[in-house]
Amino acid sequence: MTDSKYFTTTKKGEIFELKAELNSDKKEKKKEAVKKVIASMTVGKDVSALFPDVVNCMQTDNLELKKLVYLYLMNYAKSQPDMAIMAVNTFVKDCEDPNPLIRALAVRTMGCIRVDKITEYLCEPLRKCLKDEDPYVRKTAAVCVAKLHDINAQLVEDQGFLDTLKDLISDSNPMVVANAVAALSEIAESHPSSNLLDLNPQSINKLLTALNECTEWGQIFILDCLANYMPKDDREAQSICERVTPRLSHANSAVVLSAVKVLMKFMEMLSKDLDYYGTLLKKLAPPLVTLLSAEPELQYVALRNINLIVQKRPEILKHEMKVFFVKYNDPIYVKLEKLDIMIRLASQANIAQVLAELKEYATEVDVDFVRKAVRAIGRCAIKVEQSAERCVSTLLDLIQTKVNYVVQEAIVVIKDIFRKYPNKYESVIATLCENLDSLDEPEARAAMIWIVGEYAERIDNADELLESFLEGFHDESTQVQLQLLTAIVKLFLKKPTETQELVQQVLSLATQESDNPDLRDRGYIYWRLLSTDPVAAKEVVLAEKPLISEETDLIEPTLLDELICYIGTLASVYHKPPSAFVEGSRGVMHKSLPPRMGSDESPESPDTAPSGGPAADQPSVIPTQGDLLGDLLNLHLGTPVSAPPVATPTVQMGAVDLLGGGLDALMGGSDGIFVPAPNTAAPTNVGPPLGTGLGDLFDLTGGVGTLSGSYVAPKTVWLPAMKAKGLEISGTFSRQVGSISMDLVLTNKALQVMSDFAIQFNRNSFGLAPAAPLQVHAPLAPNQSVEISLPLNTVGSVMKMDPLNNLQVAVKNNIDVFYFSTLYPLHILFVEDGKMERQMFLATWKDIPNENETQFQIKDCSLNADAVSSKLQGSNIFTIAKRNVEGQDMLYQSLKLTNGIWVLAELRIQPSNPSFTLSLKCRAPEVSQYVYQAYETILKN
Amino acid sequence: MIHSLFLINASGDIFLEKHWKSVVSRSVCDYFFEAQERASEAENVPPVIPTPHHYLLSVYRHKIFFVAVIQSEVPPLFVIEFLHRVVDTFQDYFGVCSEVIIKDNVVVVYEVLEEMLDNGFPLATESNILKELIKPPTILRTVVNTITGSTNVGDQLPTGQLSVVPWRRTGVKYTNNEAYFDVIEEIDAIIDKSGSTITAEIQGVIDACVKLTGMPDLTLSFMNPRLLDDVSFHPCVRFKRWESERILSFIPPDGNFRLLSYHVSAQNLVAIPVYVKHNISFRDSSSLGRFEITVGPKQTMGKSVEGVMVTSQMPKSVLNMTLTPSQGTHVFDPVTKLLSWDVGKINPQKLPSLKGNVSLQAGTSKPDENPTINLQFKIQQLAISGLKVNRLDMYGEKYKPFKGIKYMTKAGKFQVRT
Repeated sequence: MTDSKYFTTTKKGEIFELKAELNSDKKEKKKEAVKKVIASMTVGKDVSALFPDVVNCMQTDNLELKKLVYLYLMNYAKSQPDMAIMAVNTFVKDCEDPNPLIRALAVRTMGCIRVDKITEYLCEPLRKCLKDEDPYVRKTAAVCVAKLHDINAQLVEDQGFLDTLKDLISDSNPMVVANAVAALSEIAESHPSSNLLDLNPQSINKLLTALNECTEWGQIFILDCLANYMPKDDREAQSICERVTPRLSHANSAVVLSAVKVLMKFMEMLSKDLDYYGTLLKKLAPPLVTLLSAEPELQYVALRNINLIVQKRPEILKHEMKVFFVKYNDPIYVKLEKLDIMIRLASQANIAQVLAELKEYATEVDVDFVRKAVRAIGRCAIKVEQSAERCVSTLLDLIQTKVNYVVQEAIVVIKDIFRKYPNKYESVIATLCENLDSLDEPEARAAMIWIVGEYAERIDNADELLESFLEGFHDESTQVQLQLLTAIVKLFLKKPTETQELVQQVLSLATQESDNPDLRDRGYIYWRLLSTDPVAAKEVVLAEKPLISEETDLIEPTLLDELICYIGTLASVYHKPPSAFVEGSRGVMHKSLPPRMGSDESPESPDTAPSGGPAADQPSVIPTQGDLLGDLLNLHLGTPVSAPPVATPTVQMGAVDLLGGGLDALMGGSDGIFVPAPNTAAPTNVGPPLGTGLGDLFDLTGGVGTLSGSYVAPKTVWLPAMKAKGLEISGTFSRQVGSISMDLVLTNKALQVMSDFAIQFNRNSFGLAPAAPLQVHAPLAPNQSVEISLPLNTVGSVMKMDPLNNLQVAVKNNIDVFYFSTLYPLHILFVEDGKMERQMFLATWKDIPNENETQFQIKDCSLNADAVSSKLQGSNIFTIAKRNVEGQDMLYQSLKLTNGIWVLAELRIQPSNPSFTLSLKCRAPEVSQYVYQAYETILKN
Repeated sequence: MIHSLFLINASGDIFLEKHWKSVVSRSVCDYFFEAQERASEAENVPPVIPTPHHYLLSVYRHKIFFVAVIQSEVPPLFVIEFLHRVVDTFQDYFGVCSEVIIKDNVVVVYEVLEEMLDNGFPLATESNILKELIKPPTILRTVVNTITGSTNVGDQLPTGQLSVVPWRRTGVKYTNNEAYFDVIEEIDAIIDKSGSTITAEIQGVIDACVKLTGMPDLTLSFMNPRLLDDVSFHPCVRFKRWESERILSFIPPDGNFRLLSYHVSAQNLVAIPVYVKHNISFRDSSSLGRFEITVGPKQTMGKSVEGVMVTSQMPKSVLNMTLTPSQGTHVFDPVTKLLSWDVGKINPQKLPSLKGNVSLQAGTSKPDENPTINLQFKIQQLAISGLKVNRLDMYGEKYKPFKGIKYMTKAGKFQVRT
């Protein structure tokens, strides 16, 4: 009675038996036999030997038998291409059948037979079916074009099927429209350059009409297609949003999320003052919340997307914290995601509730989840300052539970809290020390050691504690060893008398008995420092560390904007752009959010930000080099090589923290603010590069005021050869007579010849872009270098970077594409006509509000006022007036950036004091910090 | 789009595979098995698994993994929704969805899957249409088919496929015309130790069973439509009419369908119908602890609470429990440490309670985690949000249908922390 009987024929000779049955005269027997064959096929048995016999059954009026044979054909035609030809005739005949069901079935099946020879015969029937009077056949044929394209793209183009498909977008039947859109989208994926889905207001209107009437799946295709459209102005964006909003109430969650994507994207164009903007924000929350009551798999995908949405627009869900509270029987993957979002939504208003929840979670059974919950408490403390105290006491409560992994996790996060709020919560150290013995994980041990070292002066038995760790030094992990070394050196510097022996012990352990180069190097550095200049050692090792920042795990804004365009896709689940992981999608289109209409442009780019309608070239970062490089440039976020280096020192991870305690402090020792040179190899940081001497010579002349260009920093290595398959790039920036250039030295350290160089910049704060292609005339032989001066202009796309002067660069050669990022000195952007009229200066100085004023100290500069003034003038910082007040020289200066921002400065110089005071006033106060750095660089070189 | 589908049973056998494009080797499932091994329980297998060349999206239903293979960027929700639709369709066709029944009907399953997707694009997913294309197997039909030689594959183009109401077939005829609506609300809540509500929300649905002749056009109105501000509709509902008049106007599909689902989250609107008093202590030194819980009605609007079931996952160190219930039956499984107590109906005069001792493994320390109590219950004739249907009207047909409406409140994920 049931189909399971088809599985019982496992005995020998089964194929033979089937063969006989297939050739039987009786229809019933034939059908039963085909069923048996299909049943074997579904469980993965090979029944391809029966091909001719099954195909023979194809000529039949019995629809079920026909369908079964078709099923078989689709599976095996590929392995028997010659035999498959036998079936062609029947297909062609069936495409003429009066019954539309059969016509559709034939064209559908033919498309599934992935045999080249058959595709040729398919063209004519397909052309007819695309114009069939029955919409059911047309919609099936539309999909068939996509199938055919997958097998033979050239054929589809030659036969003009793509145009026919485009025409179907205007079909009267919504289902046909939806399928045409789906087919075109799929084809476009493998053909990014072709402008298949040429969307214009008319076609958009048709799609929106079809959207209301087609099936749920069709709605998904249409919405995804709409999301790629760039409305011409905010009115159009609003009207599309209005017509898409009803989809938020759809029962199918995929429809809802696709609609959310369209709205999130087009919302970008709406002015925030608009009433409609507020309405839309309110409408977005309920459907997102509803997704969370769906099945766990749907919840997971929804949560990953919500994670992006709350980073982009936290206001949407800020009142919905409670729906993210974890149920104890949620699957673990849902729990972890919910936790992440809870922290992102945590604010002063709801922190009490959040903490209560987190504390509850910390007593659950699942170890991973508990750990993450404890970590979350720490993140709350760092994010919401007002809650720090409560978080610390919560953590202490948890430590009292004595559950081993909870204690360890708590100690790791308490260390982060110390780094955010130094000298505030040391009272808890005693409790932490009690748990010293239970720590067995490296991260927790390292954290504890860090705390002991950092607060050594307040812990009476710090030396004993550290000594106890030292006993098993060899068995510790590197992380702990490094931390222990630093902590003991710190202790020594704080209490030199009692700990001399200890420090010697650890130094000899690190330098003489360790195979780890990192440990050895650090040991030697400390040893040297301590033996040559203990005062300097103190300054270096015990220097003030930068505070760790609040949101360490936010997605970088450019990537976030791109991901918002990919809501609802795999990219949004992985939080990576599709180019980073989807196979064979080298040419994936780079999507970006549309620019906002109207007022709030970023303050530092009033000239270059697009002001009119959406620029047509907006989406592409790279205007000239074509898709490949453009899309690869996005990859930079996935590769560690070019992750913006400045952001990392503050990340609260253990490994980096080690640096914070040790090397970081070592390097940033002198002034407390450590700005690492991007991707510079360590040696350049330690000793001054050779070039400086030369630079100094230049400055002598520069000081007299004859130099026509501004100060040029010596070249530093931007891209070490080991990270770029042998290509080493070093360079610097210069500005001479009004033109900016990037002076590069390309060195080939590989064994093969390099050629075909090209360079691109990512969007940056001031729109820096190459003004000419990278000219490397001859191929670069191994061990050869070439010096190039690349002219730059400031008319490229603008996007605010962090830090402001960060520049991400991609360099291509015949081997690969490489990425690095570098910081350019701001003074290359100071323009020649930056001298302000005196009256104007006074008026502007008064006009700029006082909160925009920032003060900086420039230390150790022995120049007098005139020398300073002429030196600065060389870099287009102009002195407008000079006053002498009570023996101090006051210089009033102005400068203008390439994008038209004026910066006014007051520089106070006391003859006896080598420290100058610099006050900067600017309407865009973000730049002040970087202007100050420019001052420092110019004056000190 | 969706490339292939594998059905995998709990013991890791692939018992069905279906490919809509080229054949993907079943070895791709090895990545799935790896993930399955890493996850302690079947429920914890992540729904999206990357492999070098494909992505595996899976759902776990009825002890079967439905694993879809995709190759390019596809909305994962689209795939997961589709997989759910596959499960629903199987259930609709065969009454249950299990490995045995799928194997028993493998050819029908194969035919149905073929109809549902074409080249990875959904083709026909409405069960109304599918059933016209491929008739669900019934004993009677199999007998008839064997005798008359007819098939269970329809040879007519399903009428709904292309009409403006694709969810309804034409020519529907019934002798008894009836339309039933069930308003079912589930309360999801987390109650903390002290009995105060941390979160509470209502997931409501209106499920319909409509057997009406011809092309009826129905309108359903509510006494208090303002409750419904977060709703998801069946495609048949005219959204404009709802926006302007707060009336559900629709041409219904034939048979069973979900008309509407809604979500009430405003805390003050969610009444908590039961409370749990608990006193659970695992004593530190001795290996005996106390356990006592009492369940009682809270805000039930005068209706009785039935089908009460209490389950709780005890900590690992609990060896056994000796408990006495005042009513119902209880089971403690010493292997899984799951305590379940089937309470039945709550009698407000004599509150059900469960008391006794907990024996802990000797020598182990007091468990760190407190067990969470999971509650199930039912209240008939009540929609806890207060939602009430005002009237149901039919246009477009002349006969007078029989109309019925039922309300019910259930516990969804109702958890009490201790």
